[in-house]
Amino acid sequence: MTRETLLNTLLMALLIGVPLWAWVADEPFTITLATRAVIFALAAVGLNIALGLGGLVSLGHAVYFGIGGYAMGILAYHAQTYTPLMAWPFVIEGTKFMPVIWLVAMVVSAVVAFVIGLLSLRTSGVYFIMITLAFGQMFYFFTISWPRYGGEDGLSIYVRNGFPGLNTLDPIQFFAICLALLCAVLWLNARIVKSPFGLALGAARQVPQRVETVGLDPFRLKLVALVISGTICGLAGALFADLNRFVSPTMFSWQMSGELIVFIILGGLGRVFGPVAGATLFVLLEHLLGGVSDYFLFYVGLLLLLVVLFTPGGIYGILLGRSKS
Amino acid sequence: MTAVLEVRGITRRFGALVANEDVTLDLRAGEIHAVIGPNGAGKSTLIAQICGGVTPDAGMIRFLGQDITGANTQARARMGLGRTFQISALAMENSVLDNALLGALGASGRVWRLWHPVLKDRALRERAEDALRRVQLIEFSDARVGDLSHGQRRQLEVAMALTLEPKAFILDEPMAGLSAEGTKELTGLLDTLRQEAPILLVEHDMDVVFALADRITVLDYGRVIATGTVDDIRRNPKVQSAYLGEEA
Repeated sequence: MTRETLLNTLLMALLIGVPLWAWVADEPFTITLATRAVIFALAAVGLNIALGLGGLVSLGHAVYFGIGGYAMGILAYHAQTYTPLMAWPFVIEGTKFMPVIWLVAMVVSAVVAFVIGLLSLRTSGVYFIMITLAFGQMFYFFTISWPRYGGEDGLSIYVRNGFPGLNTLDPIQFFAICLALLCAVLWLNARIVKSPFGLALGAARQVPQRVETVGLDPFRLKLVALVISGTICGLAGALFADLNRFVSPTMFSWQMSGELIVFIILGGLGRVFGPVAGATLFVLLEHLLGGVSDYFLFYVGLLLLLVVLFTPGGIYGILLGRSKS
Repeated sequence: MTAVLEVRGITRRFGALVANEDVTLDLRAGEIHAVIGPNGAGKSTLIAQICGGVTPDAGMIRFLGQDITGANTQARARMGLGRTFQISALAMENSVLDNALLGALGASGRVWRLWHPVLKDRALRERAEDALRRVQLIEFSDARVGDLSHGQRRQLEVAMALTLEPKAFILDEPMAGLSAEGTKELTGLLDTLRQEAPILLVEHDMDVVFALADRITVLDYGRVIATGTVDDIRRNPKVQSAYLGEEA
Protein backbone atom coordinates (compact mmCIF):
# COMPACT_ATOMS: atom_id res chain seq x y z
CA MET A 1 0.00 0.00 0.00
CA THR A 2 1.46 3.37 -0.96
CA ARG A 3 1.44 6.23 1.52
CA GLU A 4 -1.19 7.99 -0.52
CA THR A 5 -3.52 4.99 -0.35
CA LEU A 6 -2.91 4.82 3.40
CA LEU A 7 -3.81 8.48 3.76
CA ASN A 8 -6.94 8.02 1.62
CA THR A 9 -7.98 5.09 3.82
CA LEU A 10 -7.39 7.07 7.02
CA LEU A 11 -9.41 9.97 5.67
CA MET A 12 -12.35 7.76 4.74
CA ALA A 13 -12.12 5.93 8.06
CA LEU A 14 -12.38 9.30 9.80
CA LEU A 15 -15.35 10.30 7.67
CA ILE A 16 -17.13 7.06 8.50
CA GLY A 17 -15.92 6.58 12.07
CA VAL A 18 -16.81 9.97 13.52
CA PRO A 19 -20.48 9.90 12.44
CA LEU A 20 -20.77 6.28 13.61
CA TRP A 21 -19.44 7.30 16.99
CA ALA A 22 -21.83 10.27 17.00
CA TRP A 23 -24.69 7.94 16.15
CA VAL A 24 -23.87 5.67 19.07
CA ALA A 25 -23.31 8.65 21.38
CA ASP A 26 -26.51 10.27 20.12
CA GLU A 27 -24.89 13.45 18.84
CA PRO A 28 -26.98 14.22 15.72
CA PHE A 29 -25.32 17.60 15.23
CA THR A 30 -21.94 15.95 14.61
CA ILE A 31 -23.55 13.71 12.01
CA THR A 32 -25.02 16.75 10.28
CA LEU A 33 -21.58 18.34 10.31
CA ALA A 34 -20.06 15.24 8.74
CA THR A 35 -22.82 15.18 6.13
CA ARG A 36 -22.03 18.79 5.29
CA ALA A 37 -18.36 17.87 4.83
CA VAL A 38 -19.25 14.91 2.62
CA ILE A 39 -21.51 17.01 0.39
CA PHE A 40 -18.93 19.77 0.04
CA ALA A 41 -16.36 17.07 -0.74
CA LEU A 42 -18.65 15.69 -3.44
CA ALA A 43 -18.95 19.11 -5.10
CA ALA A 44 -15.21 19.71 -4.82
CA VAL A 45 -14.42 16.29 -6.31
CA GLY A 46 -16.66 17.31 -9.19
CA LEU A 47 -14.84 20.60 -9.65
CA ASN A 48 -11.50 18.81 -9.38
CA ILE A 49 -12.19 16.91 -12.61
CA ALA A 50 -12.32 20.23 -14.45
CA LEU A 51 -9.74 22.07 -12.34
CA GLY A 52 -7.21 19.46 -11.28
CA LEU A 53 -7.26 17.22 -14.33
CA GLY A 54 -8.38 19.62 -17.04
CA GLY A 55 -6.72 22.77 -15.71
CA LEU A 56 -9.97 24.72 -16.07
CA VAL A 57 -10.05 27.35 -13.32
CA SER A 58 -13.79 27.80 -13.19
CA LEU A 59 -14.99 30.47 -10.80
CA GLY A 60 -18.56 29.60 -11.68
CA HIS A 61 -19.12 26.11 -10.38
CA ALA A 62 -21.68 27.45 -7.92
CA VAL A 63 -23.94 27.54 -10.99
CA TYR A 64 -24.22 23.75 -10.96
CA PHE A 65 -24.35 23.55 -7.18
CA GLY A 66 -27.19 26.07 -7.22
CA ILE A 67 -29.00 24.36 -10.09
CA GLY A 68 -28.92 21.14 -8.09
CA GLY A 69 -30.27 23.02 -5.09
CA TYR A 70 -33.08 24.65 -7.01
CA ALA A 71 -33.93 21.41 -8.82
CA MET A 72 -34.58 19.94 -5.39
CA GLY A 73 -36.27 23.12 -4.10
CA ILE A 74 -38.62 23.60 -7.02
CA LEU A 75 -39.65 19.95 -7.36
CA ALA A 76 -40.21 19.54 -3.63
CA TYR A 77 -42.00 22.89 -3.35
CA HIS A 78 -44.54 21.85 -5.96
CA ALA A 79 -44.96 18.49 -4.29
CA GLN A 80 -45.55 20.02 -0.86
CA THR A 81 -48.03 22.60 -2.22
CA TYR A 82 -49.73 20.05 -4.49
CA THR A 83 -49.40 22.35 -7.48
CA PRO A 84 -48.11 21.13 -10.82
CA LEU A 85 -44.76 22.48 -11.98
CA MET A 86 -46.17 22.94 -15.43
CA ALA A 87 -49.69 22.45 -16.74
CA TRP A 88 -49.19 23.02 -20.44
CA PRO A 89 -48.46 21.45 -22.96
CA PHE A 90 -48.22 18.50 -20.61
CA VAL A 91 -48.48 18.26 -16.86
CA ILE A 92 -45.30 17.98 -14.79
CA GLU A 93 -45.84 17.34 -11.11
CA GLY A 94 -43.40 18.06 -8.34
CA THR A 95 -41.78 15.17 -6.51
CA LYS A 96 -40.35 14.27 -3.12
CA PHE A 97 -38.52 11.26 -4.50
CA MET A 98 -34.74 11.69 -4.20
CA PRO A 99 -33.57 9.62 -7.20
CA VAL A 100 -35.81 11.64 -9.54
CA ILE A 101 -34.60 14.90 -8.00
CA TRP A 102 -30.98 13.82 -8.42
CA LEU A 103 -31.58 12.87 -12.02
CA VAL A 104 -33.20 16.22 -12.80
CA ALA A 105 -30.41 18.09 -10.97
CA MET A 106 -27.74 16.20 -12.91
CA VAL A 107 -29.36 16.46 -16.33
CA VAL A 108 -30.04 20.20 -16.02
CA SER A 109 -26.51 20.81 -14.70
CA ALA A 110 -25.04 18.81 -17.57
CA VAL A 111 -26.99 20.77 -20.17
CA VAL A 112 -26.05 24.11 -18.59
CA ALA A 113 -22.39 23.03 -18.30
CA PHE A 114 -22.44 22.10 -21.98
CA VAL A 115 -23.78 25.52 -23.03
CA ILE A 116 -21.47 27.45 -20.68
CA GLY A 117 -18.57 25.30 -21.88
CA LEU A 118 -19.32 25.97 -25.55
CA LEU A 119 -19.06 29.68 -24.87
CA SER A 120 -16.39 29.89 -22.19
CA LEU A 121 -13.89 27.31 -23.47
CA ARG A 122 -13.13 29.53 -26.43
CA THR A 123 -11.22 31.65 -23.96
CA SER A 124 -8.48 30.72 -21.55
CA GLY A 125 -6.61 32.05 -18.54
CA VAL A 126 -8.06 35.12 -16.86
CA TYR A 127 -10.79 35.46 -19.48
CA PHE A 128 -12.03 31.96 -18.75
CA ILE A 129 -12.15 32.75 -15.02
CA MET A 130 -14.05 35.98 -15.68
CA ILE A 131 -16.54 34.44 -18.08
CA THR A 132 -17.37 31.59 -15.69
CA LEU A 133 -17.72 34.12 -12.87
CA ALA A 134 -20.07 36.15 -15.06
CA PHE A 135 -22.30 33.11 -15.66
CA GLY A 136 -22.38 32.47 -11.92
CA GLN A 137 -23.45 36.04 -11.21
CA MET A 138 -26.16 35.82 -13.89
CA PHE A 139 -27.74 32.85 -12.15
CA TYR A 140 -27.31 34.48 -8.75
CA PHE A 141 -29.12 37.68 -9.68
CA PHE A 142 -31.73 35.83 -11.69
CA THR A 143 -32.79 33.75 -8.66
CA ILE A 144 -32.76 36.83 -6.42
CA SER A 145 -35.23 38.55 -8.72
CA TRP A 146 -37.43 35.49 -9.33
CA PRO A 147 -40.27 35.89 -6.77
CA ARG A 148 -42.05 32.70 -7.75
CA TYR A 149 -39.54 30.59 -5.84
CA GLY A 150 -38.85 32.90 -2.92
CA GLY A 151 -36.47 35.35 -4.58
CA GLU A 152 -33.87 36.54 -2.11
CA ASP A 153 -35.53 34.71 0.79
CA GLY A 154 -35.14 31.32 -0.80
CA LEU A 155 -37.40 28.29 -0.48
CA SER A 156 -38.04 26.21 2.61
CA ILE A 157 -38.91 22.55 2.24
CA TYR A 158 -40.58 21.22 5.36
CA VAL A 159 -39.90 17.53 5.12
CA ARG A 160 -36.73 15.97 3.70
CA ASN A 161 -37.26 14.10 0.44
CA GLY A 162 -37.58 10.35 0.51
CA PHE A 163 -35.43 7.48 -0.60
CA PRO A 164 -36.98 4.00 -0.98
CA GLY A 165 -36.29 1.79 2.01
CA LEU A 166 -34.65 4.50 4.12
CA ASN A 167 -35.81 7.07 6.63
CA THR A 168 -33.99 10.13 5.33
CA LEU A 169 -34.94 12.23 8.37
CA ASP A 170 -32.69 10.04 10.46
CA PRO A 171 -29.34 11.91 10.22
CA ILE A 172 -27.22 8.76 10.02
CA GLN A 173 -29.29 7.35 7.17
CA PHE A 174 -29.13 10.55 5.17
CA PHE A 175 -25.40 10.66 5.88
CA ALA A 176 -25.07 7.12 4.52
CA ILE A 177 -26.76 8.14 1.27
CA CYS A 178 -24.40 11.09 0.82
CA LEU A 179 -21.35 9.03 1.69
CA ALA A 180 -22.34 6.28 -0.75
CA LEU A 181 -22.68 8.84 -3.52
CA LEU A 182 -19.32 10.38 -2.62
CA CYS A 183 -17.67 6.95 -2.78
CA ALA A 184 -19.28 6.22 -6.14
CA VAL A 185 -18.06 9.53 -7.56
CA LEU A 186 -14.56 9.04 -6.13
CA TRP A 187 -14.45 5.66 -7.80
CA LEU A 188 -15.63 7.15 -11.09
CA ASN A 189 -13.02 9.88 -10.74
CA ALA A 190 -10.24 7.35 -10.11
CA ARG A 191 -11.31 5.40 -13.20
CA ILE A 192 -11.39 8.57 -15.32
CA VAL A 193 -7.87 9.55 -14.22
CA LYS A 194 -6.55 6.20 -15.47
CA SER A 195 -8.66 6.11 -18.63
CA PRO A 196 -7.61 7.15 -22.13
CA PHE A 197 -9.85 10.19 -21.71
CA GLY A 198 -8.09 11.17 -18.48
CA LEU A 199 -4.69 10.80 -20.10
CA ALA A 200 -5.72 12.97 -23.05
CA LEU A 201 -7.36 15.56 -20.78
CA GLY A 202 -4.27 15.80 -18.57
CA ALA A 203 -2.15 16.25 -21.68
CA ALA A 204 -4.54 18.89 -23.01
CA ARG A 205 -3.93 20.82 -19.79
CA GLN A 206 -0.16 20.59 -20.13
CA VAL A 207 0.52 20.69 -23.88
CA PRO A 208 -2.58 21.46 -25.97
CA GLN A 209 -0.52 21.82 -29.15
CA ARG A 210 0.73 18.24 -28.74
CA VAL A 211 -2.78 16.91 -28.22
CA GLU A 212 -3.82 18.54 -31.48
CA THR A 213 -0.88 17.08 -33.39
CA VAL A 214 -1.84 13.55 -32.39
CA GLY A 215 -5.25 14.23 -33.89
CA LEU A 216 -7.29 14.97 -30.76
CA ASP A 217 -9.38 18.04 -30.06
CA PRO A 218 -8.51 19.74 -26.72
CA PHE A 219 -11.73 21.77 -26.88
CA ARG A 220 -13.93 18.67 -26.93
CA LEU A 221 -11.90 16.99 -24.20
CA LYS A 222 -12.31 20.03 -21.94
CA LEU A 223 -15.98 20.36 -22.80
CA VAL A 224 -16.67 16.77 -21.75
CA ALA A 225 -14.65 17.31 -18.56
CA LEU A 226 -16.71 20.39 -17.76
CA VAL A 227 -19.98 18.54 -18.33
CA ILE A 228 -18.94 15.64 -16.05
CA SER A 229 -17.73 18.13 -13.47
CA GLY A 230 -20.92 20.20 -13.58
CA THR A 231 -23.10 17.10 -13.35
CA ILE A 232 -21.40 16.01 -10.12
CA CYS A 233 -21.71 19.51 -8.64
CA GLY A 234 -25.40 19.46 -9.52
CA LEU A 235 -25.86 16.24 -7.58
CA ALA A 236 -24.01 17.74 -4.61
CA GLY A 237 -26.25 20.80 -4.77
CA ALA A 238 -29.42 18.69 -4.59
CA LEU A 239 -28.05 16.89 -1.52
CA PHE A 240 -26.98 20.14 0.12
CA ALA A 241 -30.46 21.60 -0.29
CA ASP A 242 -31.91 18.41 1.16
CA LEU A 243 -29.53 18.57 4.11
CA ASN A 244 -30.65 22.11 4.98
CA ARG A 245 -34.22 21.62 3.73
CA PHE A 246 -33.70 25.08 2.36
CA VAL A 247 -32.39 26.59 -0.84
CA SER A 248 -31.53 30.22 -1.51
CA PRO A 249 -29.60 32.28 -4.07
CA THR A 250 -26.46 32.07 -1.88
CA MET A 251 -25.91 28.62 -3.37
CA PHE A 252 -25.23 30.45 -6.65
CA SER A 253 -22.96 33.08 -5.09
CA TRP A 254 -19.38 33.50 -6.23
CA GLN A 255 -18.24 32.87 -2.65
CA MET A 256 -19.56 29.35 -3.07
CA SER A 257 -17.54 28.90 -6.27
CA GLY A 258 -14.51 30.26 -4.46
CA GLU A 259 -14.96 27.94 -1.50
CA LEU A 260 -15.00 24.93 -3.81
CA ILE A 261 -11.65 26.03 -5.21
CA VAL A 262 -10.37 26.58 -1.65
CA PHE A 263 -11.32 22.98 -0.73
CA ILE A 264 -9.24 21.69 -3.62
CA ILE A 265 -6.22 23.88 -2.90
CA LEU A 266 -6.32 23.08 0.83
CA GLY A 267 -6.55 19.37 0.16
CA GLY A 268 -4.17 19.04 -2.75
CA LEU A 269 -4.64 19.93 -6.38
CA GLY A 270 -4.82 17.02 -8.79
CA ARG A 271 -5.26 14.29 -6.17
CA VAL A 272 -8.44 12.26 -6.29
CA PHE A 273 -8.95 12.47 -2.51
CA GLY A 274 -7.50 15.98 -2.10
CA PRO A 275 -10.86 17.77 -2.25
CA VAL A 276 -12.26 15.39 0.39
CA ALA A 277 -9.46 16.32 2.79
CA GLY A 278 -9.90 20.02 2.00
CA ALA A 279 -13.67 20.03 2.46
CA THR A 280 -13.40 18.09 5.73
CA LEU A 281 -10.78 20.48 7.08
CA PHE A 282 -12.88 23.47 6.06
CA VAL A 283 -16.02 22.20 7.79
CA LEU A 284 -13.96 21.35 10.86
CA LEU A 285 -12.47 24.85 10.98
CA GLU A 286 -15.84 26.40 10.29
CA HIS A 287 -17.22 24.58 13.30
CA LEU A 288 -14.27 24.99 15.68
CA LEU A 289 -13.29 28.56 14.82
CA GLY A 290 -16.85 29.65 14.09
CA GLY A 291 -17.57 29.16 17.78
CA VAL A 292 -14.54 31.21 18.82
CA SER A 293 -14.72 34.11 16.43
CA ASP A 294 -17.20 35.65 14.01
CA TYR A 295 -14.27 36.22 11.72
CA PHE A 296 -13.35 32.58 11.25
CA LEU A 297 -12.95 33.10 7.51
CA PHE A 298 -10.04 35.39 8.31
CA TYR A 299 -8.23 32.42 9.82
CA VAL A 300 -9.18 30.18 6.92
CA GLY A 301 -7.74 32.84 4.62
CA LEU A 302 -4.55 32.92 6.64
CA LEU A 303 -4.28 29.15 6.44
CA LEU A 304 -4.89 29.23 2.71
CA LEU A 305 -2.17 31.82 2.31
CA LEU A 306 0.28 29.63 4.21
CA VAL A 307 -0.67 26.57 2.17
CA VAL A 308 -0.29 28.36 -1.16
CA LEU A 309 3.00 29.99 -0.16
CA PHE A 310 4.74 27.11 1.54
CA THR A 311 3.07 23.84 0.55
CA PRO A 312 1.65 23.98 -2.96
CA GLY A 313 0.50 20.38 -2.61
CA GLY A 314 -2.03 21.16 0.14
CA ILE A 315 -2.62 18.69 2.98
CA TYR A 316 -1.63 15.82 0.74
CA GLY A 317 1.54 17.66 -0.21
CA ILE A 318 2.46 18.22 3.45
CA LEU A 319 1.89 14.61 4.42
CA LEU A 320 3.33 12.94 1.34
CA GLY A 321 6.14 15.27 0.36
CA ARG A 322 6.45 16.74 -3.09
CA SER A 323 3.43 16.00 -5.24
CA LYS A 324 3.95 13.14 -7.62
CA SER A 325 2.20 14.81 -10.48
CA MET B 1 7.71 9.51 -58.17
CA THR B 2 4.47 10.69 -56.66
CA ALA B 3 4.39 13.61 -54.27
CA VAL B 4 2.92 12.76 -50.87
CA LEU B 5 2.97 16.38 -49.79
CA GLU B 6 2.90 19.36 -52.12
CA VAL B 7 3.42 22.96 -51.08
CA ARG B 8 2.46 25.33 -53.89
CA GLY B 9 3.43 28.97 -53.78
CA ILE B 10 2.59 29.69 -50.16
CA THR B 11 3.09 33.17 -48.84
CA ARG B 12 2.70 34.32 -45.27
CA ARG B 13 3.22 37.80 -43.90
CA PHE B 14 3.26 38.94 -40.30
CA GLY B 15 2.62 42.67 -40.64
CA ALA B 16 5.46 44.04 -42.71
CA LEU B 17 7.56 40.92 -42.24
CA VAL B 18 7.37 38.40 -45.06
CA ALA B 19 8.01 35.05 -43.39
CA ASN B 20 7.38 32.92 -46.47
CA GLU B 21 7.16 34.16 -50.02
CA ASP B 22 6.00 31.92 -52.86
CA VAL B 23 7.46 28.78 -51.31
CA THR B 24 7.03 25.67 -53.41
CA LEU B 25 8.35 22.24 -52.55
CA ASP B 26 7.19 18.65 -52.53
CA LEU B 27 7.85 15.53 -50.54
CA ARG B 28 7.98 12.30 -52.51
CA ALA B 29 7.45 8.76 -51.39
CA GLY B 30 10.54 7.13 -49.92
CA GLU B 31 12.66 10.24 -49.58
CA ILE B 32 14.10 12.47 -46.94
CA HIS B 33 13.70 16.04 -48.01
CA ALA B 34 15.71 18.45 -45.88
CA VAL B 35 14.79 22.10 -45.48
CA ILE B 36 17.70 24.27 -44.42
CA GLY B 37 18.33 27.96 -44.08
CA PRO B 38 19.73 30.48 -41.62
CA ASN B 39 17.79 31.51 -38.51
CA GLY B 40 14.78 33.58 -39.47
CA ALA B 41 14.64 32.13 -42.97
CA GLY B 42 11.03 31.06 -42.44
CA LYS B 43 11.46 27.37 -41.71
CA SER B 44 9.26 27.37 -38.61
CA THR B 45 6.51 29.33 -40.36
CA LEU B 46 6.65 26.83 -43.20
CA ILE B 47 6.26 23.91 -40.78
CA ALA B 48 3.40 25.66 -38.99
CA GLN B 49 1.57 26.10 -42.29
CA ILE B 50 2.11 22.49 -43.29
CA CYS B 51 1.01 21.08 -39.95
CA GLY B 52 -1.73 23.61 -39.20
CA GLY B 53 -1.80 26.52 -36.82
CA VAL B 54 -0.72 29.19 -39.30
CA THR B 55 -2.85 29.77 -42.42
CA PRO B 56 -1.06 30.91 -45.57
CA ASP B 57 -2.06 34.26 -47.09
CA ALA B 58 -1.71 32.74 -50.54
CA GLY B 59 -0.90 29.40 -52.10
CA MET B 60 -1.99 25.92 -51.19
CA ILE B 61 -0.93 22.71 -49.52
CA ARG B 62 -1.93 19.27 -50.71
CA PHE B 63 -1.45 16.09 -48.74
CA LEU B 64 -2.17 12.66 -50.26
CA GLY B 65 -3.85 14.45 -53.14
CA GLN B 66 -6.22 16.44 -50.91
CA ASP B 67 -6.21 20.18 -50.40
CA ILE B 68 -5.49 20.69 -46.68
CA THR B 69 -4.80 24.43 -46.77
CA GLY B 70 -7.88 25.16 -44.66
CA ALA B 71 -7.92 22.00 -42.53
CA ASN B 72 -7.21 22.25 -38.81
CA THR B 73 -4.28 20.61 -37.05
CA GLN B 74 -6.30 17.64 -35.76
CA ALA B 75 -7.69 16.81 -39.19
CA ARG B 76 -4.20 16.89 -40.71
CA ALA B 77 -2.86 14.65 -37.95
CA ARG B 78 -5.70 12.19 -38.49
CA MET B 79 -4.91 12.13 -42.21
CA GLY B 80 -1.42 10.97 -41.31
CA LEU B 81 0.84 13.95 -40.78
CA GLY B 82 3.17 13.11 -37.89
CA ARG B 83 5.27 15.93 -36.52
CA THR B 84 7.85 16.66 -33.88
CA PHE B 85 8.38 20.02 -32.26
CA GLN B 86 11.55 22.05 -32.24
CA ILE B 87 11.01 22.68 -28.54
CA SER B 88 9.77 19.47 -26.95
CA ALA B 89 6.01 19.57 -26.37
CA LEU B 90 5.48 16.70 -23.97
CA ALA B 91 3.26 16.09 -20.96
CA MET B 92 6.03 16.64 -18.41
CA GLU B 93 4.04 15.38 -15.41
CA ASN B 94 3.28 12.05 -17.08
CA SER B 95 5.42 9.01 -17.68
CA VAL B 96 7.24 8.26 -20.90
CA LEU B 97 4.79 5.46 -21.62
CA ASP B 98 1.82 7.79 -21.03
CA ASN B 99 3.14 10.17 -23.64
CA ALA B 100 3.66 7.41 -26.16
CA LEU B 101 0.15 6.13 -25.38
CA LEU B 102 -1.21 9.58 -26.04
CA GLY B 103 0.26 9.43 -29.53
CA ALA B 104 -1.25 6.02 -30.14
CA LEU B 105 -4.56 7.22 -28.73
CA GLY B 106 -5.05 9.85 -31.40
CA ALA B 107 -4.74 7.26 -34.13
CA SER B 108 -6.91 4.65 -32.38
CA GLY B 109 -9.98 6.84 -31.80
CA ARG B 110 -10.56 5.22 -28.42
CA VAL B 111 -10.12 8.42 -26.45
CA TRP B 112 -13.77 8.60 -25.34
CA ARG B 113 -13.49 5.57 -23.11
CA LEU B 114 -13.84 6.86 -19.59
CA TRP B 115 -13.95 3.58 -17.80
CA HIS B 116 -11.23 1.31 -19.14
CA PRO B 117 -7.71 1.89 -17.85
CA VAL B 118 -5.57 3.05 -20.73
CA LEU B 119 -2.71 0.82 -19.56
CA LYS B 120 -4.87 -2.26 -20.08
CA ASP B 121 -5.58 -1.51 -23.73
CA ARG B 122 -3.20 -4.08 -25.14
CA ALA B 123 -3.23 -2.95 -28.77
CA LEU B 124 -2.59 0.64 -27.76
CA ARG B 125 0.17 -0.37 -25.41
CA GLU B 126 1.90 -2.52 -27.97
CA ARG B 127 1.92 0.34 -30.41
CA ALA B 128 3.31 2.73 -27.83
CA GLU B 129 5.96 0.32 -26.55
CA ASP B 130 6.96 -0.53 -30.09
CA ALA B 131 7.67 3.13 -30.79
CA LEU B 132 9.62 3.48 -27.52
CA ARG B 133 11.67 0.42 -28.41
CA ARG B 134 12.59 1.94 -31.75
CA VAL B 135 13.95 5.11 -30.18
CA GLN B 136 15.58 3.08 -27.38
CA LEU B 137 13.51 4.57 -24.60
CA ILE B 138 11.75 1.36 -23.60
CA GLU B 139 13.70 0.94 -20.35
CA PHE B 140 12.59 4.45 -19.33
CA SER B 141 8.86 3.69 -19.83
CA ASP B 142 7.96 4.46 -16.22
CA ALA B 143 10.15 7.53 -15.82
CA ARG B 144 8.50 10.92 -15.53
CA VAL B 145 9.17 12.97 -18.65
CA GLY B 146 10.14 15.90 -16.43
CA ASP B 147 13.03 13.79 -15.11
CA LEU B 148 14.37 12.85 -18.56
CA SER B 149 17.46 14.38 -20.09
CA HIS B 150 17.07 16.78 -22.97
CA GLY B 151 18.26 14.16 -25.43
CA GLN B 152 15.78 11.59 -24.18
CA ARG B 153 12.97 14.10 -24.61
CA ARG B 154 14.03 14.56 -28.22
CA GLN B 155 13.85 10.79 -28.67
CA LEU B 156 10.38 10.74 -27.13
CA GLU B 157 9.29 13.46 -29.56
CA VAL B 158 10.22 11.13 -32.41
CA ALA B 159 8.52 8.17 -30.70
CA MET B 160 5.27 10.13 -30.44
CA ALA B 161 5.34 10.79 -34.17
CA LEU B 162 6.03 7.08 -34.72
CA THR B 163 2.98 5.98 -32.71
CA LEU B 164 0.76 7.77 -35.21
CA GLU B 165 2.10 5.52 -37.98
CA PRO B 166 1.93 8.55 -40.24
CA LYS B 167 1.95 8.84 -44.01
CA ALA B 168 4.55 11.60 -43.77
CA PHE B 169 6.88 12.81 -41.04
CA ILE B 170 7.51 16.49 -40.45
CA LEU B 171 10.52 16.68 -38.15
CA ASP B 172 11.45 20.10 -36.80
CA GLU B 173 15.10 19.95 -35.76
CA PRO B 174 14.95 16.51 -34.16
CA MET B 175 18.71 16.55 -33.48
CA ALA B 176 18.79 19.88 -31.66
CA GLY B 177 20.77 19.45 -28.47
CA LEU B 178 21.51 15.76 -28.92
CA SER B 179 24.91 14.32 -28.03
CA ALA B 180 27.15 13.03 -30.80
CA GLU B 181 26.10 9.50 -29.97
CA GLY B 182 22.42 10.42 -29.81
CA THR B 183 22.69 12.12 -33.17
CA LYS B 184 24.28 9.03 -34.66
CA GLU B 185 21.54 6.75 -33.33
CA LEU B 186 18.72 8.99 -34.48
CA THR B 187 20.36 9.41 -37.89
CA GLY B 188 20.34 5.63 -38.23
CA LEU B 189 16.67 5.48 -37.26
CA LEU B 190 15.62 8.20 -39.69
CA ASP B 191 17.56 6.45 -42.43
CA THR B 192 15.38 3.34 -42.07
CA LEU B 193 12.24 5.37 -41.44
CA ARG B 194 12.08 6.85 -44.92
CA GLN B 195 10.95 3.44 -46.21
CA GLU B 196 7.81 3.70 -44.06
CA ALA B 197 6.94 7.28 -44.81
CA PRO B 198 8.82 10.17 -46.40
CA ILE B 199 10.39 12.72 -44.07
CA LEU B 200 10.44 16.47 -44.34
CA LEU B 201 13.41 17.30 -42.17
CA VAL B 202 14.24 20.75 -40.86
CA GLU B 203 17.73 20.51 -39.43
CA HIS B 204 20.67 22.72 -38.57
CA ASP B 205 23.26 19.96 -38.33
CA MET B 206 24.78 19.94 -41.82
CA ASP B 207 26.53 16.60 -41.36
CA VAL B 208 23.16 15.02 -40.65
CA VAL B 209 21.52 16.75 -43.60
CA PHE B 210 24.23 15.71 -46.02
CA ALA B 211 24.24 12.16 -44.68
CA LEU B 212 20.49 11.65 -44.85
CA ALA B 213 18.85 13.91 -47.39
CA ASP B 214 17.84 12.75 -50.84
CA ARG B 215 16.98 16.32 -51.74
CA ILE B 216 17.49 19.66 -50.05
CA THR B 217 15.53 22.90 -50.24
CA VAL B 218 17.27 26.05 -49.07
CA LEU B 219 15.27 28.95 -47.67
CA ASP B 220 16.61 32.46 -47.25
CA TYR B 221 14.57 35.51 -46.25
CA GLY B 222 11.42 33.44 -46.69
CA ARG B 223 12.16 32.43 -50.27
CA VAL B 224 13.36 29.19 -51.82
CA ILE B 225 16.78 29.96 -53.25
CA ALA B 226 17.63 26.43 -54.30
CA THR B 227 16.24 22.89 -54.49
CA GLY B 228 18.16 19.84 -55.55
CA THR B 229 20.26 16.86 -54.61
CA VAL B 230 22.98 17.09 -52.02
CA ASP B 231 25.61 17.64 -54.69
CA ASP B 232 23.57 20.33 -56.45
CA ILE B 233 23.24 22.23 -53.20
CA ARG B 234 26.87 21.86 -52.24
CA ARG B 235 27.90 23.33 -55.58
CA ASN B 236 25.27 26.09 -55.73
CA PRO B 237 27.04 29.46 -55.37
CA LYS B 238 23.89 31.22 -54.10
CA VAL B 239 23.62 28.74 -51.29
CA GLN B 240 27.27 29.04 -50.44
CA SER B 241 27.06 32.79 -50.03
CA ALA B 242 23.72 32.80 -48.21
CA TYR B 243 24.19 29.99 -45.81
CA LEU B 244 27.02 27.56 -45.97
CA GLY B 245 29.70 30.23 -46.05
CA GLU B 246 33.25 28.96 -46.02
CA GLU B 247 32.16 25.62 -44.53
CA ALA B 248 31.24 24.08 -47.88
